[in-house]
Amino acid sequence: MQPSTPPIIDVRDLTKQFGSLTAVDHVSFSVAPGEIFAFLGPNGAGKTTTIKMLTTLLRPTSGEIRINGHDPLHEQDAVRRSFGIVFQDPSLDDELTAWENLELHGVLYGVPKALRRKRMDELLTIVGLTDRKDDLVRVFSGGMRRRLEIARGLLHHPLILFLDEPTLGLDPQTRNHLWSYVTDLNAKEGITVFLTTHYMEEADRIAQRIAVIDHGKIIALDSSEALKQKTGTQTLEEAFLSLTGSAIRDEDAGAIDQLRMHSKLWRKR
Amino acid sequence: MSTIYILWLRQLKRYSRSRARMIGSLGQPLLFLFALGFGFAPIYEKAGGGDYIQFIAPGVIGMSILFTAVLSGIEIIWERQFGFLKETMVAPVPRMHIMLGRTLGGATVAFIQGFVVFLITFLAGFRPESMLMVPLAFPFMFLIALLFTALGTGIACLLQDFQGFHLFMNFLVMPLFFLSGALFPLEGLPRPIAIMASLDPLSYGVDALRITLSGVGHFGLPVDITVLSLVTALFLGIGSYLFSRIQV
Repeated sequence: MQPSTPPIIDVRDLTKQFGSLTAVDHVSFSVAPGEIFAFLGPNGAGKTTTIKMLTTLLRPTSGEIRINGHDPLHEQDAVRRSFGIVFQDPSLDDELTAWENLELHGVLYGVPKALRRKRMDELLTIVGLTDRKDDLVRVFSGGMRRRLEIARGLLHHPLILFLDEPTLGLDPQTRNHLWSYVTDLNAKEGITVFLTTHYMEEADRIAQRIAVIDHGKIIALDSSEALKQKTGTQTLEEAFLSLTGSAIRDEDAGAIDQLRMHSKLWRKR
Repeated sequence: MSTIYILWLRQLKRYSRSRARMIGSLGQPLLFLFALGFGFAPIYEKAGGGDYIQFIAPGVIGMSILFTAVLSGIEIIWERQFGFLKETMVAPVPRMHIMLGRTLGGATVAFIQGFVVFLITFLAGFRPESMLMVPLAFPFMFLIALLFTALGTGIACLLQDFQGFHLFMNFLVMPLFFLSGALFPLEGLPRPIAIMASLDPLSYGVDALRITLSGVGHFGLPVDITVLSLVTALFLGIGSYLFSRIQV
């Protein structure tokens, strides 16, 4: 990181408490413009909670956040214009077509019509969905949905792209395709990428710096090489296990998770 | 404005694409209209009330609007889960516009549903008292739709999951329907019921529909429009506030 360029994401002492549970505990880090930054951690470590606070979806209990120089608490719209996001859960409208989902996003972000249409065509080509653009998202496979969500997240040309476990449940082909697209975008457009994943080899391959978070705290933050060296391990996975231990974590199913289970049962009928 | 429009359009598209839901939600009003309407008709007439279908048709229209409106407001719970809500929540637009777009969309859908039921009442033998008054019923139908979509939206913002949903349906929406005078006249009721009916905003909606469609009423149109407008404004205000507080 050059000291002369101000960080595009700057987080100081960020804390989030849910009742007596501290999900995120005095987390501090910063991300330079154009960097690919990964957040790794076991289930329930606080990754998604952190992303929600960075993206204005959740109010922090305490701490400071600057996204592109703006405060998510008080300058929400300036922050919102700065990023695109692919959520951990699907967030497309199933009853709309791929095209309509993009169109809705473009309108919400105030992308002028001509430009919007041009970018929609481009992005659909890039994610390989051009000939499916008039199909309802309901009939799309998991991989197609992901690709559409990525296209949508990029439609307004954000400075930062948040990817919260974007490859969860995707086949290796799609994962490969997705990451090569993201690294390409990072190289060409200088877009900053903030990602979380459970696949260590993915983080190893594409992230320039990795923060390992556990029990709401950042316990290591460095390049993949440095993490391996520090822990005296051969792979990032080993480094990760040596840092976080090998105990399996329980994550309480929140209301939303329970609901999701219900809906899965419903859809099976 | 474009935010409101695109979200309004989204609701209409979703509605037009879910034929099953459209037809399914006609089941209940049909049942009330035909089963209850014809079942009670003889006894209502013997009691000196006149033609029961003429009486109940505006009530059934009001009921279908109530249920469609409340359900389209409550859809936010689904969207929390399917995640689409997040897509709108991270967008750089005022929360108020999101809430208004959704609510107007839901209200339009409920209005259309009410209009379809209005057409169906003709099959049951309902005839408006005066065709000249019929167009006057439409703004009231929309107002009822808007009021209850806003209510559903506000409640949905408070609920985390569907466990509270049944509570809401059985202890709020069903009483709103049954106490509204949709099924029975508000004249000569026991005092507690009369008081509850006068606190129920749907009573004023059904009353307005009954005046404009059947030519009989209880509160009178000036009272109806005043109460409905005020309560709608109140619910829209509260709904917007609760919506702006949502965290996902």
